Amino acid sequence: MIAIFGLLLGIVLGLVLEPTLPAMLQPYLPIMLVAAMDAIFGAARAYLEGTFVDKVFVVSFLSNVLIAALIVFIGDRIGVGAQLSTGVVVVLGIRIFNNAAAIRRALLRA
Amino acid sequence: MPEPETPRRPRLGRSGRLVGAARRRQARRPSGVEDEQALDSTTNEAPAAAVVSSDEHALLTDEVSSAPSRDVRQAQHRPLPTWRRMLRDLVRPSRAQAVMALILCLCAMATVWQVRARASDQAYSQMRRPELVAMLEQLNTNSGQLRDEIRRLETTKRELQTGANTTRVAQEQARKRVQELQILAGTAPAQGPGVTITIADPQGKVSPELLLDAIEEMRDAGAEAIDLNGVRVVASSWLGRGTDGIVVDGVPIEAPYVLVVIGDPQTLEEGARFRGGLVSQAQAPQVGAQVTIRQSDELTITSLHTPKAPQFARPA
Repeated sequence: MIAIFGLLLGIVLGLVLEPTLPAMLQPYLPIMLVAAMDAIFGAARAYLEGTFVDKVFVVSFLSNVLIAALIVFIGDRIGVGAQLSTGVVVVLGIRIFNNAAAIRRALLRA
Repeated sequence: MPEPETPRRPRLGRSGRLVGAARRRQARRPSGVEDEQALDSTTNEAPAAAVVSSDEHALLTDEVSSAPSRDVRQAQHRPLPTWRRMLRDLVRPSRAQAVMALILCLCAMATVWQVRARASDQAYSQMRRPELVAMLEQLNTNSGQLRDEIRRLETTKRELQTGANTTRVAQEQARKRVQELQILAGTAPAQGPGVTITIADPQGKVSPELLLDAIEEMRDAGAEAIDLNGVRVVASSWLGRGTDGIVVDGVPIEAPYVLVVIGDPQTLEEGARFRGGLVSQAQAPQVGAQVTIRQSDELTITSLHTPKAPQFARPA
């Protein structure tokens, strides 16, 4: 229940606050969002499998997001930013699909 | 794997160890119907777990988060408790849920920001490189022209303000303006670079509409003075069909039609030649005219337009 409220609050805040993203962060936010999505799907899977621990989740969430941004940042510095961000998105995408499959199996047994 | 329906289905499958404990307990019991069920544990765990006493339910809730993976696999076989567990966890506040709420809040906020940031600069990011280059060049040209104009106007302003030769400057400005307006109104001869467009009409099918289109296209391409077969074309000029041919401002004209246009020759020619423009319309099989375009560095238009004093409009 609190989690759903949190989600709604986030959407409302995003709509109301209308911030201008810091230029520094702008190229990395999309990749950080994909990493965050991966972490959230992973958390849902762990919850359904009964292995969810909130501390682990927070740490893995933050580290995934930061590492994803860091990879793209370094890629930008050495001139392969576009390729590296594609790579990160592909890897995270595969993980998201795997997690989604596990969630589906746990929920629907299909 | 199909499961036997049990009339009373306790919360099970959340901890395989519990099931194991229940099974051990059953093994210790004297033989009976339930022993068979206990032995058949792989397919029939539900009845075995169904006899778990209530004190073990308490144990079950404690071990939720640390269930080993082997038991997880067993747990997946059982129907429905996942949903029930989710529902129960959803309505019961916990630290994990608060953490989840915080993270989801952050993610939702960031996603909304990102979506909005993208939506705002969508217009340019969707364009292709050549379009962007063309647009940039256009803007550069515009800004260059505007900067020139600013400089010119500032010079004029300074000269007018210094007052030393205010009258002379003002007169010069007025004279220049009169000249510009005379060319525009067609009351003065004009000379300059431009193009001569000759439309030969062997089949006699060139219509006033086609000539009007041609004039409009020349105006779009920046024509400053236009002469059609010796008639100066101005803002109030009209074309029509007379008894034996085309009439411009009341003067009948005959083929070949010669348009003398003063303006940037390159732009004017392009304005006539673009696909679907004057040349392709006139040379279409239905019309069958021949169009020749000659660029010149120096053209002179001597024909004049006699303006009529406005009958109704007064300077406001």
